[in-house]
Amino acid sequence: MKAKIVITPKKAVLDPQGKTVQAALEQMGYEGVKDVHVGKYLEIELEGDAEVWRPRIDEACHKLLSNPVIEDYRFTIE
Amino acid sequence: MRFAVLQFPGSNCDQDCVHVLRSVLGQDAGFLWHKEESIGNVDAVVVPGGFSYGDYLRTGSIAQFSPVMNAVKAFANNDGLVIGICNGFQILCETGLLPGALVRNRSLQFRCEHVHLKVPTTDSPFTREVPEGKVLRVPIAHGEGCYFADEKILAKLQANHQILFQYTTEAGELTDDANPNGSLLNIAGICNEGRNICGMMPHPERASEDILGEDDGRLVFEGMLRHLEARAGLGQAAVSEV
Repeated sequence: MKAKIVITPKKAVLDPQGKTVQAALEQMGYEGVKDVHVGKYLEIELEGDAEVWRPRIDEACHKLLSNPVIEDYRFTIE
Repeated sequence: MRFAVLQFPGSNCDQDCVHVLRSVLGQDAGFLWHKEESIGNVDAVVVPGGFSYGDYLRTGSIAQFSPVMNAVKAFANNDGLVIGICNGFQILCETGLLPGALVRNRSLQFRCEHVHLKVPTTDSPFTREVPEGKVLRVPIAHGEGCYFADEKILAKLQANHQILFQYTTEAGELTDDANPNGSLLNIAGICNEGRNICGMMPHPERASEDILGEDDGRLVFEGMLRHLEARAGLGQAAVSEV
C-alpha cells in the first residue's frame, strides 16, 4: 500500500520554476501552454489499514511534507 | 552575556557567529548541537545560516523537528531573544515562530553579493543600535530568500512595524532592481509581534569587523547585547565597557 502525495505551490505564490519551464516549452514550439506549476511528488510505503492512515498522512502533510503558507497538497492511498 | 549558537547537520555559519560574539564583542558564546533537549542557561539563541539537513524537502523543514527546537520554541515564547540568520530565518518561519515563508529566488539564481538595507524601525533589540536613517551594507548568500506571506500577514507586519530590514539602493530607495530575490515589500528581515524573535536573510556576522571591509552587521549583535544588558539592569557602566 502506498500513499501518493502531490504538493504544488499555491496560486498566489510566485512559481519561477513553472514560468521558466513554460517559456522553454513555448520556445520548443508547443503552442497553447497556459501555465506550468512545478511541485513535488512523494510515495510513502505503508503497512496497515488505509483508513487509519488517511488522517495520519493528512497530518504529516500539514506539519512536515508541505508548508501550508506556500503549498497545497492532495494525496491518495492505494 | 551568554549566547547559544545552534548547530544542525549542514549548518555552516555557526563558527562565524561564535567568532563575532566571542572575539569581536567579547561575549560568552557556545555551540549547541541540535540533539540537545535543553538550551541551558543562556540569554540569547542564534540560529545560524547553512543548509540544515541538506535543504531536503524544503529549506528549514526538517530542522524544525530537531529536539533542540522544542527548547528554542519554549525560550522564544517566554520572551527569550532569538535571531535566525539566512537558513536560521527559514527554520524560524517553518517552526512558526515567525510568519510567512522563504521561497525560491524569483531569478532562480543563488545570489551571493552585497546588498543595501534600509532599517524602517529602530524599535527592536536587533535594530536599536542602528542610527536613524542609516543604510546598512551586508552580504547575502542564498537561493531561497524570497519572502512570501499572504496579504493579511503583510498588512499586519506593516501595521505593527515588524519589518526590520528591506533591500534598497545605496541611497535607501525601495526599488525592484535593489531586490535580489523577489521578496514581497523588499523584505530582508522581520520580527515577531513580541519583538524578541528576528529572522533575516542577510549575514550580519559576515560584516562585523573592519578587517573584512565593513562592520554594519555588528550593529545587529550590539543591539541584542544592549537590550539584554538593559533588561538585566546593568545600566550604562557595563555598556561603555564593550
